[in-house]
Amino acid sequence: MGFTLAYLGLIVLFPLLLVFVKASGLGWSGLLHAVSTPRVLAACRLTFGLSALACLLNCVFGLLIAWVLVRYRFPGRGFLDASVDLPFAMPTAVAGIALTGIYAPNGWIGSLLKPYGIKVAFAPPGILIALVFIGLPFVVRTLQPVLEDFEIAQEEAAASLGATRWQTFCRVVFPQLAPALVTGTTLAFARAVGEYGSVVFIAGNMPGKTEIVPLLIITKLEQYDYAGATALAALMLLISFALLLLINFLQRKTLVRPNT
Amino acid sequence: MSVQTRSTQDPLWARILLIGGMFAFLCLFLFVPLASVFVEAFRKGLAVYAAAITEENARSAIVLTLTLAVICVPLNAVFGLAAAWAIAKFSFKGKSLLLALIDLPFAVSPVVSGLVYVLLFGANGVFGAWLQAHDIQIIFAVPGMALATIFVTFPFVARELIPLMQAQGNDQEYAALSLGASGWQTFLRVTLPNIKWALFYGIILCNARAMGEFGAVSVVSGHIRGETNTLPLHVEVLYNEYNSAAAFACASILSLLGLLTLGLKTFIEWRAGLRHRNP
Repeated sequence: MGFTLAYLGLIVLFPLLLVFVKASGLGWSGLLHAVSTPRVLAACRLTFGLSALACLLNCVFGLLIAWVLVRYRFPGRGFLDASVDLPFAMPTAVAGIALTGIYAPNGWIGSLLKPYGIKVAFAPPGILIALVFIGLPFVVRTLQPVLEDFEIAQEEAAASLGATRWQTFCRVVFPQLAPALVTGTTLAFARAVGEYGSVVFIAGNMPGKTEIVPLLIITKLEQYDYAGATALAALMLLISFALLLLINFLQRKTLVRPNT
Repeated sequence: MSVQTRSTQDPLWARILLIGGMFAFLCLFLFVPLASVFVEAFRKGLAVYAAAITEENARSAIVLTLTLAVICVPLNAVFGLAAAWAIAKFSFKGKSLLLALIDLPFAVSPVVSGLVYVLLFGANGVFGAWLQAHDIQIIFAVPGMALATIFVTFPFVARELIPLMQAQGNDQEYAALSLGASGWQTFLRVTLPNIKWALFYGIILCNARAMGEFGAVSVVSGHIRGETNTLPLHVEVLYNEYNSAAAFACASILSLLGLLTLGLKTFIEWRAGLRHRNP
């Protein structure tokens, strides 16, 4: 018990609190000054905008994949089911260079898109792809247990009362999946906002254009701008805490799983 | 799902469309990237591949990666056991807060996880002057990288064990104790066998993250070639030098680690009947 608290306190809590102590040392005006430069604002817009877009894409495809994996039986299902966890198991740097290699203008897919003037790697769409990649398992793995426990009798009742399959899905199934879907999507969003490894390679990292907030923190550190880095880190931490609280609240409210 | 009747089955065209859609999506986002790692790694032939992974800097990166895993995984496994034990077997105030705090490292950006240790132990950090006076190097050296790795892999074991130990309760331990077993005997003979698969599962996930961590370690490593470059950082260095064959060769080792993790994870889920969990 004492060991648990000491270890948690020393490794996690004390260092994190320090960020706020250091950030508050800058004062309000210093903080505002540090986070309101055009470069920081552009990075925030890019990071949060693309993270939102990526988690929405994951919401759609995660639902599709969870539905297929739980409801349909076909050869190779077990293999596909296991492979959904690939983004968790794969080191982010590997994912980063692999995606960059494919979507670069001379890559397998990038070269197909090039004649149409579509630039994926080293542009915002590339960042989006990396964020979708790392967020996918969160939605699928949050939805799967809920779908597995779903009472098929409810669908039978709807069907016997004359509902079409689509109506049954929209009116009976979807409303019960919605809380888990929101939880999974929020988890994917939280991960996307802080993601670094898989994004730096594909992003191109042009200040103001394809520079994400975590990268900006590192850039500031490397330029010995500790105040700026700390202010940004404090901002990111506040957002992480808010998302964590939201996720805990959602999970408690919907009893999706006590420990996802 | 064997009781599925016609009325609750999706029409055939919908099934084909959805399965096809899923397959296309997974190919585009998972399988093609994974395949490309191995294709690119062997593009210039076996000799280049072998040279890239046996070269001196690559070797030292592999050794450092393994060292970090050997330091961090046991520490977090012990912590995970202690935390799960405290939460599952005792009741105290603030338990749900403790649960939330254990999950905290997952919510924090890896870059911020690295930054906090720079603020603590860096040259301008809280303990910076003291450390310099005593000639102790933490940032840009192995201790800092180990701390950052411990931070990001902190919750893995604990969060696998907590729900299991909570579900199992105290009854078997009480029975063992009342029959005269010592506390340590009870732990070894009763508790440990009950949780061994979940423990193993947590350790595997913890290990995969410890070896593959990039963001947090990158902040505190200082990128000194042959000294503080882990394998993922070495991949980055090679890639930025446009040495793509070597970068992908090293990446393929990490990919194999990922695939091995996935295989073991699936095996344990099957063997122990564990359900899916989010790491």
